[in-house]
Amino acid sequence: MGFLKKLFGRSRASVQQLPSGSLTVDRNGEVITSTVSSGYPKTLLREIGRAVLQLFRESRTAQMPLGEVSIHYASLRITARELRGGAIIFLFPLTAQTPTN
Amino acid sequence: METQQKILILDDDTDWLELSRELLSQLPSRPEVRTASTSRRALALLEAEPFRLLICDLKMPRMDGLQVLAIVRRRFPELRTIVLSGLEDEEFRSRAYALGVDLFWLKSDMQHHGKMFAECLESLLGSDHDTGFRGIQSKSLMDIIQMECLSRNSAVLRITRGPLVGRLWLQDGELIDAEAEGAHGETALRRILAWKAGTFENLPAEPNRKRTIQKSVNALLLESAQDQDENTNPTDPAAIEQAAHRKTVWKLALLTREGVDFVVGVPPEGEGEPESLGLGVQPAAPLAKWTRRAAEIARRLGEKLEAGPVSHISGQNLERQVLMLPRENKAFLIGWPTEAEGPLMEKSKKLIASWDS
Repeated sequence: MGFLKKLFGRSRASVQQLPSGSLTVDRNGEVITSTVSSGYPKTLLREIGRAVLQLFRESRTAQMPLGEVSIHYASLRITARELRGGAIIFLFPLTAQTPTN
Repeated sequence: METQQKILILDDDTDWLELSRELLSQLPSRPEVRTASTSRRALALLEAEPFRLLICDLKMPRMDGLQVLAIVRRRFPELRTIVLSGLEDEEFRSRAYALGVDLFWLKSDMQHHGKMFAECLESLLGSDHDTGFRGIQSKSLMDIIQMECLSRNSAVLRITRGPLVGRLWLQDGELIDAEAEGAHGETALRRILAWKAGTFENLPAEPNRKRTIQKSVNALLLESAQDQDENTNPTDPAAIEQAAHRKTVWKLALLTREGVDFVVGVPPEGEGEPESLGLGVQPAAPLAKWTRRAAEIARRLGEKLEAGPVSHISGQNLERQVLMLPRENKAFLIGWPTEAEGPLMEKSKKLIASWDS
């Protein structure tokens, strides 16, 4: 029966949850430690790590080396601090009660 | 005998509803005040009874204020509407006005300027409600000022362009004072007239306002139109250079006044050179490149995470703090000294709005 369900079961549209917690990534963007829910896709955590490291790297190229970067989205804030080539990253989903700034 | 006007207040905060009911019941016209804590209940009340005025909060669970206002505008076109919100973001003000609300007030302003709020309410409840037309207009500010003056009105026009707020005081059809970006009188009027677009509200007159503008409105509007024309369409090379110099001096003064280290305005790739001020010997090109790259990296990541559009990117090192604000046709990178305090985001938004005017 499980087999039939797999074949004919309706796929439901799902809303992706926003990540919450913190993680550390090495200089290649690989996740070393994380407090983000284990249900959250690892590939997306790696994407976050790589994007953050890219921002740090390119800030150095622009002669404006940054030690901390925050990306503010409509529903999520990502704050990262550079850490020996890698980074520690904090993820804060924004709720209606969260101040916008 | 005049019938008692009815006001409906919609807010999910029941304590606030009770407080508002008590306050509004004390208005000179003694209106009947009803309350609703959910949008559904408010719409049911509006269907069941005739109301003159709806005062609506914006942030509410299930159906928010903007959704309610959209429905109300369609179903009850005669109903006057006021948004009373705690959301200070100017975007909500613009969206509410785009839906045709009569007034937008912040809850904090209502508490500080209770008398003015009461006067606004009274004027909306006023007996002349069956005459005149209301609608969403898109007119130039010059047209609006001229119309107010020609009809010999007394009012305060509150002009908003994003985070910038200006006020014009009109008394019996004459412009007596203006205030914007820390300036007063004719200077403030010129600044306001230079804003490209925005919203306006008609607030009750302040007859005791001290007169600082002596020239006639027509002369001032003509002068301002000539200035703008010369600045936007200069033909003489010397005039072009002079206008560019004036603009640079004005922008530098703005930077100094706000305490900003530098500003870089970055157009999309291939659509012009970046414009920068305050960088000294540091070249603008690498910073412009970082701004574009950062915007792109953040945008792509946002799409993958389904986190919504990028509002801004902030960063810091030992020397300074930087803010990158993506806008429709340009991105801005603003550098602040590390010791800069206060709401840097709000200050940066204001700076960009002035810069872009």
